[in-house]
Amino acid sequence: MTDATQALIEQITSARAEQRQLRIVGGNSKAFIGRATTEGEPLEVGRHSGIVSYQPVELVLTARAGTPLAEIEAALAEQGQMLAFEPPHFGGGATIGGTLACNQSGPARPWSGSVRDMVLGLRLINGRGEHLRFGGQVIKNVAGYDVSRLQAGALGTLGVITEVSLKVMPTPAVTLTLVQEMPADQAIAQMNRYSGLPKPLNGAFWHDGKLYLRLAGAESAVNGTAQQWGGERLNDADTLWQQLNNHQLDFFNADRPLWRFSVNSTAPHWQSEQNWLLDWGGSQRWLSGEGDPAVLAEQANAAGGQVSLFRGGDRQGEVSPALAPPLQKLHQRLKDAMDPDGIFNKGRLYGWM
Amino acid sequence: MTTATADSSNADIKSVLAAEFARFLPPDSIIADEETQKPYECDGLSMYCEMPLLVVLPETVAQVQQVLRLCHQRGVPVVARGAGTGLCAGAMPHSDGVLLSLAKFNRILDIDPLARTARLQPGVRNLAISEAAWPHGLYYGPDPSSQIACSIGGNVAENSGGVHCLKYGLTVHNLLQVEMITVEGERLVIGSAGLDSGGPDLLALITGSEGLLGVITEVTVKLLPMPEKAQVVMAAFDSVQTAGEAVSAVISRGIIPAGLEMMDEHAIVAAEAFVHAGYPTDAEALLLCEVDGTREEVEEHIQQVAGLFESMGASIRVSRDDAERALLWKGRKSAFPAVGRISPDYYCMDGTIPRGKLAHVLMAMQDMSAHYGLRVANVFHAGDGNLHPLILFDANMPGEFERAEAFGGKILELCVAVGGCITGEHGVGVEKIRQMAIQFGDAEIAQFHAIKAAFDPVGTLNPGKGIPVLKNCQEYRALKPDGMQPLSHVHGSTL
Repeated sequence: MTDATQALIEQITSARAEQRQLRIVGGNSKAFIGRATTEGEPLEVGRHSGIVSYQPVELVLTARAGTPLAEIEAALAEQGQMLAFEPPHFGGGATIGGTLACNQSGPARPWSGSVRDMVLGLRLINGRGEHLRFGGQVIKNVAGYDVSRLQAGALGTLGVITEVSLKVMPTPAVTLTLVQEMPADQAIAQMNRYSGLPKPLNGAFWHDGKLYLRLAGAESAVNGTAQQWGGERLNDADTLWQQLNNHQLDFFNADRPLWRFSVNSTAPHWQSEQNWLLDWGGSQRWLSGEGDPAVLAEQANAAGGQVSLFRGGDRQGEVSPALAPPLQKLHQRLKDAMDPDGIFNKGRLYGWM
Repeated sequence: MTTATADSSNADIKSVLAAEFARFLPPDSIIADEETQKPYECDGLSMYCEMPLLVVLPETVAQVQQVLRLCHQRGVPVVARGAGTGLCAGAMPHSDGVLLSLAKFNRILDIDPLARTARLQPGVRNLAISEAAWPHGLYYGPDPSSQIACSIGGNVAENSGGVHCLKYGLTVHNLLQVEMITVEGERLVIGSAGLDSGGPDLLALITGSEGLLGVITEVTVKLLPMPEKAQVVMAAFDSVQTAGEAVSAVISRGIIPAGLEMMDEHAIVAAEAFVHAGYPTDAEALLLCEVDGTREEVEEHIQQVAGLFESMGASIRVSRDDAERALLWKGRKSAFPAVGRISPDYYCMDGTIPRGKLAHVLMAMQDMSAHYGLRVANVFHAGDGNLHPLILFDANMPGEFERAEAFGGKILELCVAVGGCITGEHGVGVEKIRQMAIQFGDAEIAQFHAIKAAFDPVGTLNPGKGIPVLKNCQEYRALKPDGMQPLSHVHGSTL
């Protein structure tokens, strides 16, 4: 539990004055995300750690950016609450700041929202070394631009997050997982059909010929729905969902490139069923294996979304979806607005930024 | 420059612009005469008004692009307008600018029941989305009280909420994609049919940006399944403090109500007189707690909530059917017009506070009420901490609006002081631009301006709204004013 604000500001200010690059590091659990860059001295945010305030009845928790997720989740669990977006820990050490910067949410995301959805406010140090505060610690706040949620997915390129306020939620009374065997196309239809029903669905993924559905909520609602839907009830299901979330299933282990497709949940399955895992009720699809980025981008586009090279493969080239020229111009201007000298995470998100 | 020269140059640019617009807009899409322009002079906050140079109502995205390009070339301000129901004067015209109405973009382009999405033109009314989705067992979540009239484009601009925010979120939580035209007339698509696109979340930045960053021309929203069942508990308490504690007790049980609303004694009396919902008029505070979900879940939770309220000394009533549920809600939903009946005018504020500070804030507000000599009634989105004090005044009494405005400003400052903010869902616009200096420091305000400049370098999109000029912030903080400075564009003011 330390406040390293001053040290962070000083390092940023002197880096700016001496025109040095900085590489932001939290728990170093997601170093594989984004482009491979070696430029810049590390800016260690992990030392800026600790829960600043937590009021269970307000459903709000504020923590320094370097606070490990594990610490936050333990504090919440004592009060019967949780981070409803189920952030992945990726082998441990993941922090709340890194989770937001990489916009990482787990299997419940389509139903319970993402980390970006749960952000109420934050503090960050911009490229001028100014420590700023945006948003707040209340559920609704529409004063000024939403600089807090803007950070989700920015990979630290717009500033160094130092503190995050989040909406937290009660832990569901009961969870239960159902398994049904079916091919991918049928699973996509089923996941979407079930998502349109007022039932306590809270996780839906398909892999290797099996559809896994997780129900979470009041006991009566979960059991009632399980009876209607049928399927085999899975024992020790929590482990399975954690392995899915942290990419510990055999599917993710292969030493092959991993592509993340974020698409229309109803898009028909393409290619063979091998090498695919469909999560988020069909809207997040993982492909494990070599692929031509241009061809994959076309497929993602046809499915209403985008593809990124999530892990492995060629990380010297672009790994994030390409932007249309006017949008690229805007991103560059936004970068200049927040980090005018370009000292944060150069080239991490895009080669040109 | 003298006024006469300014007027004549305004007249010149007006006729030049009108002629240029006429080359690509149909004649009835350009409004240049004062009488027809009159309905556009203000939004839902009618105390603030201004006449624009011209009003245009384009019919296609290409026309919107041309309007923006032309205005950009000439440095003419552009104010976009949806249904004009906003409550912060965010759509108040600029006297030297063009008012760009999106009213003709009123088509639902596509409803995809399986994907649970709706693709919409920006002028589609909020309620019309749900009406189109209902046959598929779906609806659109955010339900601002103006939902009969307000448009989805305006909802995006203001990040609108409603009474179900705690469970279902604001507009920003229910969007997938927007199409936006930049000040330079370029078309951008932000977001996708998938969740969590890569890169900084521009969709979130655009949402709630009050027309300062671009003009929204298409919106894709998520739809939610209609709950199997919804039921409401009405609970009457003899103190605001206990009612506030009851709200916390519900949350502590792990129950997230679909709606959780509180009214104070003044609002209860006004609403009951207006709709006869059966509200107990001797109560100090009234809670309406709605639970939705599966049949089993609702029965389980309603029992718990009702038992909890009773154990805290409340007298309760549980809705037996949808008709009774609608009746109980009717009083709350009519609270604004109900208050309108007991006072010639009212001024609705929109601060948010941590729920635990409610009793403190309401008591402080009673002191202010005495100080300013104006009554105040309170309705409160208790679930999410969004307070709507309704300050009662009479615009025909000299100085009363100015007192109401000062009172409102003080309430917003109090909200910030207890850890809340100056606006939960209405936006800043013109109305709360001075209080921005209380919520934010100079460095944050400067950062906002830099972001604005990234989208709109010359600053012609909705100028004078949302983000205050730094110099004014410093002056406002230094003055710690009673908010009594007259505003040139306020009716009945001294300028």
